[in-house]
Amino acid sequence: MTVADTAPAKAAPSRWRPVWEEFSESPGAVIALVVCIILLLAAVFGPWLAPQNPYDLTEISFFDSRLPPLSTTPEGNFYLLGTDNQGRDMFSAMLYGLRTSLFVGVAAGVLAIAVGVSLGLTAAYAGGAFDALMMRLVDFMLGFPTILVALMMLAILGQGTEKVILALVVVQWAYFARAVRATGLSERNKEYVEAARSLGLGHARIIFGHLAPNCMPPVIVIGTMQIASAISAEATLSFLGLGLPITEPSLGLLISNGFNVMLAGLYWISVFPGLLLLVLIFAINIVGDRLREVLNPRNAR
Amino acid sequence: MAVFLLRRFLQTLAVLLLVSLVVFLGLYAIGNPAEILLPDDATAAERDAAIRALGLDKPIWVQYGVFLGNALTGDLGTSFVYNTPSITLILQRFPATLELALSALLIAIFIGAPLGLYAGLKPGTRLDRAIVTGSILGFSLPNFWQGLMLILIFSIGLGWLPSSGRGETGMIFGIETSFATWDGIRHLVLPATNLALFKLALVIRLTRAQVRETMPLDFVKFARAKGVSETRILGVHVSKTIAAPIITVLGMELGSVIAFAVITESIFAWPGMGKLIIDSIHKLDRPVVAAYLLVITFMFILINLVVDLLYTVLDPRVRLGGRT
Repeated sequence: MTVADTAPAKAAPSRWRPVWEEFSESPGAVIALVVCIILLLAAVFGPWLAPQNPYDLTEISFFDSRLPPLSTTPEGNFYLLGTDNQGRDMFSAMLYGLRTSLFVGVAAGVLAIAVGVSLGLTAAYAGGAFDALMMRLVDFMLGFPTILVALMMLAILGQGTEKVILALVVVQWAYFARAVRATGLSERNKEYVEAARSLGLGHARIIFGHLAPNCMPPVIVIGTMQIASAISAEATLSFLGLGLPITEPSLGLLISNGFNVMLAGLYWISVFPGLLLLVLIFAINIVGDRLREVLNPRNAR
Repeated sequence: MAVFLLRRFLQTLAVLLLVSLVVFLGLYAIGNPAEILLPDDATAAERDAAIRALGLDKPIWVQYGVFLGNALTGDLGTSFVYNTPSITLILQRFPATLELALSALLIAIFIGAPLGLYAGLKPGTRLDRAIVTGSILGFSLPNFWQGLMLILIFSIGLGWLPSSGRGETGMIFGIETSFATWDGIRHLVLPATNLALFKLALVIRLTRAQVRETMPLDFVKFARAKGVSETRILGVHVSKTIAAPIITVLGMELGSVIAFAVITESIFAWPGMGKLIIDSIHKLDRPVVAAYLLVITFMFILINLVVDLLYTVLDPRVRLGGRT
């Protein structure tokens, strides 16, 4: 009894400290992590940081439309990144867009982890017919490209934030299910699971309380990559006019608006939101790549 | 083998039936095409006539029965917008998409393989790190935004290449293709590059990993000991070993390239299947959307089947049907 109670408490700090120490050996990865944190803070506090609320019609002036970056109007309005067709400050619009993009990406990622980990671990724990059925389903899902399945779902469901999140979860849960099942299969036969079982704990408690924490490393790695991929997919879908509605402009929608006027030489409306999107995805991917190296047992020192 | 194929065939049928039901319910239960197709000032009689002509007045399960029956005979409905059979419409656009996808794969191989080879031979050098970081950047670049930047730089900025359409096509061996004319090739460059970038990053990573795995192997050491020149070792012995897995992976990626072509075609107004589906979704042209979804599902099931079969040919350890 006492062994089972104290062991995880002792193991927890010693498990993550070396991870951080190894992670921080790569300066590029640390910079990427800092960029991620800054962008996350910018998204959370966006409404307080933005010079204007770009979707409040009383705050924008139509006379200031299509101004290039670094413009100052006679009234003293300064536009760091220029304005769009309707006279919105691009910098503010991007902060709001970043908020929407990150929200959709993280929400989809977290939900996909919840669904994928539950199904994958249950499959590994239960084995037999349920396991075979789940893995068939996973193989089938992974046989189709992400963007295509999301596109098909949105073609049927129509636009909407919750629909985009749903489509992304449907597309992504399979990656987590497969990864976590593989780890779960090897963890299932370890002594601590046997110990938990001999204590008479319920299946659910063993799966989520004991098995799940030990299957987390691959989930964290795939999770970071999948959040980046979800943000990119949402932007793509919104760009195609199938994702978020115009009332909730994500970075993808801003770029799409800019595309319509790009041929007229108004490059900044699509270039800056795109750069922000690129920096965001790139930074998340670098962090994920480093995490994969650090958490991979094959590279353990 | 026969059992495996039969089982896959039955699975394919079940999946297609399920997809057809979802597609039908999803597309035909939402929205009313009569409202969209008719002018605002249409009379009630005109509206009724249109609804009857489109078969929208019958109960939904009768409509599904008709839809399924027609689908089995290859009739996936007539486009509301173009007034041509939707399957014809899709098949007409298919060659343009295939041409784009194959061009993209060729670019990915011919640029990616040499870069990956170099990076794999000199791991840890500055150029290797640059190439690897570049490949992460390639994965991170949102496909659509990268396409916009190509247009901004090469069409608007420098004015070198056209940004939209397929240009003039000609006939080679009876196939209509952009490769036949200079104008066609000029139109192909930007969309193909746009589509290739993602796969380029993949080829670089794959080649690099393969080279790093192959170089320390005994047969390379043996060839060196025999006095074979380094160029010949790379050009003949190593290339042969690493080519098979790279080509297999790229073959499997053909499906994903066709899927991503949806984005490229929308940006560059390339008249392929992808642009057709996006336009049809926006115009609520339900028969075309339904037909596209069924065709693409079928295509992917077929591609996945071929990939599974290919695996067994290339890797004798994999057995079909049974569980390992």
